[in-house]
Amino acid sequence: MREITMPISDDVIRSLKVGEPVLLTGVMVTGRDAAHKWMIETFIKKTRPPQGDDEKVYQELKKLLNGSVIYHCGPVVAKDENGEYKFLAAGPTTSIREEPYQADVMKHFNVKGVIGKGGMGAKTLKGCQETPGVYFHAIGGAASFIAQSVKKVLGVYKLEFGTPEAMWVIEVKDFPVVVTMDAHGGSQHAVIDSSSQEVLDKLLREPY
Amino acid sequence: MKDLTNEIIELIRRTSSNLPKDVEDRLRAAVEKEAPGSAARGALETIMKNIELSRKNSTPICQDTGTPIFRVHYPEGWSARKLREQIRGAMAEATKKNFMRPNAVDAVYDKNTGNNLGGDDFPSIHFEEVDADQPLTIELMLKGGGCENVGRQYSLPHNELGAGRDLAGVRKVALDAVQKAQGQGCAPGILGISIGGDRGTSYIKSKEVLYDKIGTRNADPELAKLEERLTEESNQLGIGPMGFGGQTTVIDTKITGLSRLPASYFVSVSYMCWAYRRRKMVVRGEEVEYD
Repeated sequence: MREITMPISDDVIRSLKVGEPVLLTGVMVTGRDAAHKWMIETFIKKTRPPQGDDEKVYQELKKLLNGSVIYHCGPVVAKDENGEYKFLAAGPTTSIREEPYQADVMKHFNVKGVIGKGGMGAKTLKGCQETPGVYFHAIGGAASFIAQSVKKVLGVYKLEFGTPEAMWVIEVKDFPVVVTMDAHGGSQHAVIDSSSQEVLDKLLREPY
Repeated sequence: MKDLTNEIIELIRRTSSNLPKDVEDRLRAAVEKEAPGSAARGALETIMKNIELSRKNSTPICQDTGTPIFRVHYPEGWSARKLREQIRGAMAEATKKNFMRPNAVDAVYDKNTGNNLGGDDFPSIHFEEVDADQPLTIELMLKGGGCENVGRQYSLPHNELGAGRDLAGVRKVALDAVQKAQGQGCAPGILGISIGGDRGTSYIKSKEVLYDKIGTRNADPELAKLEERLTEESNQLGIGPMGFGGQTTVIDTKITGLSRLPASYFVSVSYMCWAYRRRKMVVRGEEVEYD
């Protein structure tokens, strides 16, 4: 299986094709609904002024996300007696909710990959071509298994969003994913959506 | 009345980390149906590994430990109010022990309570009184947000799908719901369908049928036939595990029929993800049994 280390170069991204299984190693950041809304409103569309530690977090995220990957995940996290965090369960959440934001976040921070489940739509697919970037599909629900590839929690931002919505900076090794949207306009999700629609249309015409 | 807080914490641990055998068996059977080396097969193999690992380490099968939905049958003479307090206490404690992710978010102020207690309705608890000589049973289902989001309710007739107010129409809207869900509800899924009711009862009953084991059929032969047909036809859609394309999209379908108003004909489809977490505890005197 192909092994890729983050940060990822444009050449490597362009060499990835739909259907390819990949093991990811390096540092990535989790971010889901609250994080995407916050990034868009505060730093990209600037409809909301930065508050509290926003500006400081932004500067750090710019470095962390450049060439790296955002993981749509709201983990179960344990904190030991020394205050160290550990991921116990960390599967992907449904990505399509970030469809309004994802392409802009990818371009703004030069994010090379988005990990989630269920795939994303046309706007993100276009974002994948332009950035360039890819969508990596992780196995939904396989949370204990995936948590094993999270070797270390390096830090956390925006814990005030709640444990699931906070942005966790994690070091992963051999994190298993499959490319389902590539930088060339290929989307496994669009293909399955349309083939299943054809079968549905046929089934709807059949008598009861 | 015995305090059952610790026993309920154990129920929560088992539900979150130990998938029922009937579900696991169906998923294992599904692995063999996918082509070696395919993404669908890889997904199912990962799922099987995850099931074993969660059970071994008592860690959540899925990080989204879902909406906790309790169904309690309590013998006459027990206090529903005290049972509610014990369930809520157990839920907060199980969250501290990381069997549950803090999942209750105030929808107006966007604040996570941190302990899975949010107002009177989170966790969701349904009480039913039984005769005094019956045991106390507490069932728990954990239903994740991904699959909850792809549930659908249809008001028939539905012109676009050509679905009228009969079982033929029910079949059409149910298949539409499966196609629209794609892989987003963590396929392969289980369908809970209720026909009739008002909008509220219809959705509640579509989840309640999911307390039954996989493979149990409705006593009405017409509905039993439709259950099997919907599972088979959903699989023809080819959506497959995780929506990667493949043979298994739905592993079982359960249907229930309710009363309806002459004016209304609702069909609710609750989609349960493969991480079909439901467990039961039965209390007879001092003895507690888990299933």
